[in-house]
Amino acid sequence: MLHYTLRRLLFAIPTLLVISFLIFAILDLAPNDPTGNLPMTITPEVREKIRISLGLGEPFPIRYMKWLQQFFVNEPLNIIEQTFGVTIGDSENRLRVTSWATRSPVVDLIVERTPQTLWVVGMSTLLGILIAVPIGVISAYRQYSIFDQIGTFISMIGFSVPTFFTGLVLIVIFSVTLGWLPSIYDTTHRVTDLPSFWFQVKQMLMPVMVLALFNAAQLSRFMRAAMLDNLSQDYVRTARAKGMKESRVLLHVLRNSLIPVVTVIALGIPQIFGGAIITEQIFRVNGLGQLLIVGIQGADIPLVQTLTFIFAVLIVLFNLIADIIYGMLDPRIRYE
Amino acid sequence: MSSAPADVAVNEQMPVHRSMWRDVWLQFRTHKGALVGTGVFLSIVLLVLVGPYFHTIDPQYLNILDKNQGPSWKHPMGTDNLGRDTFAQVLAGGRVSLAVGVTAMLLSLVVGTLVGVLAGFFKRLDGPLMRLTDLFLALPLLPLLLVIIMLFRDTLRTMFGPETGIFLLIVFVIGITSWMQTARIVRGDVLALKEREFVIAAQSIGTPARRIITRHIFPNVLSPIMVSATLGIANAIITESALSFLGLGFPSDFPTWGRLLYDGANFMTLTPARVIWPGLAISLTVLSVNYMGDGLRDALDPRIRGR
Repeated sequence: MLHYTLRRLLFAIPTLLVISFLIFAILDLAPNDPTGNLPMTITPEVREKIRISLGLGEPFPIRYMKWLQQFFVNEPLNIIEQTFGVTIGDSENRLRVTSWATRSPVVDLIVERTPQTLWVVGMSTLLGILIAVPIGVISAYRQYSIFDQIGTFISMIGFSVPTFFTGLVLIVIFSVTLGWLPSIYDTTHRVTDLPSFWFQVKQMLMPVMVLALFNAAQLSRFMRAAMLDNLSQDYVRTARAKGMKESRVLLHVLRNSLIPVVTVIALGIPQIFGGAIITEQIFRVNGLGQLLIVGIQGADIPLVQTLTFIFAVLIVLFNLIADIIYGMLDPRIRYE
Repeated sequence: MSSAPADVAVNEQMPVHRSMWRDVWLQFRTHKGALVGTGVFLSIVLLVLVGPYFHTIDPQYLNILDKNQGPSWKHPMGTDNLGRDTFAQVLAGGRVSLAVGVTAMLLSLVVGTLVGVLAGFFKRLDGPLMRLTDLFLALPLLPLLLVIIMLFRDTLRTMFGPETGIFLLIVFVIGITSWMQTARIVRGDVLALKEREFVIAAQSIGTPARRIITRHIFPNVLSPIMVSATLGIANAIITESALSFLGLGFPSDFPTWGRLLYDGANFMTLTPARVIWPGLAISLTVLSVNYMGDGLRDALDPRIRGR
């Protein structure tokens, strides 16, 4: 198992390096000038100085290596210093990736925004699983029943209707017409007592539900297919033939069916982060997705670069986790 | 009446020719969802293509006096905050949305099939091409699409004009980032086909690789490609709407369904119809295309067909 994990881990590193290079190259070779929006009255010499102050004075490979160093060496060192309160080397003059728009380190901005996104993504993943697993199990167990037919139809709708439409419809229904839930997420809200906790639940309900429903629609299909595969296997017939209780049989089938589903869940998490970009925009949650959109609108290249790369890291990380979980749950995979 | 027994006799002697596509159609017909889906999709396409000839209001015609109206005979879906007719806009937007969907799907199919066939057929190319596919699968697509559009939008607009430029850019970026699933499926099928007798026979009589691919391999991987095509349309329409919804797709004066939704979202409390109709159009199109794909997959699977 260790050997298998290490092999997967080693494969992830070149992938990430290539992706970081691609992202850097796309952003760098693009035919737009960061000083293009500045007034025309600025002289070319000053313009050149601005470019150099933005870190654009050097050739492409050197800038790329600098960014790599800043992201993979300097920032982790800073995090270590902050968490343990120690000083390693010359921490005052260490170069950091700075945002062009706010002139503050990009990583600080990202750390500020991450909790909101993690809450929305985490809760919606959890809720999605809680909705999808029972539906998938019942649909498979009662295949072609009314429940199965309706479930199939609803899940088909669930992943055909885009999240930005469901979000808007929910706002129209629950915020505009009924007035039950707030349509804008208040990030400054602090949970101190029961009423404020209740408010937090209410404001998170819609962003989380939109993503959870989309997620559950896909997951319940996988769950159903996995259950159907297992229900027709010989061991199920044997278990029933020797008089095992039906609930015990179902438990065995469920455990075996969860193997592919767990992988699908892990593989789907980056997709939920992508979906969070849209949901955060609808409900005005100031998370990572909104930071990305703001960065894109303001042409804040270092911020966008780093954020996009972090999304890539998430994808590679969860692919790795999915691989390892699959290897752990199904011993046949390990010895490929 | 008297000729009926003779007909039966003739039929017994010469059974009706059954081609593969006839079987596929017969199986497809039994899938109710797929039939309804195809019907709905074709009517949406027809409505979008023919509709503007009957509902002749110019979608960009401003009429401030008629702004923010509810549905009426003159404006079946009401008007927006500048008095533009929403129905005409939905029809015009649908043309662009569907055109983007179909073109991007075709591009992704061409790339996917090419990569899949080459990787499956030529052992030397398999490793590098599949690593490339894995790499593309690990890219954060939505952020990357947004970034590319932000960076290249203005350049392409000046090169090809405001409308063609953005159309080409969006079709290109969606097509180039959605071919991976097709490539994987096609490669798997080609790998299996390569070991089959008819391909080995063709190789043994010295058929060049190019002709083996076009005559023997390609027709046999057509069915997974067709399923990918339906899913590809759905995916492209959703991606384009998401981009437009985030404000980085088509401009307001050349709207798609996603852009209409984005513009309508700010007036949601005043005229909810501006959100509902474009959203419904996207959802219905994607839903019907997904059902079509579902039925097609069942119909093209020989294990299910004829059951």
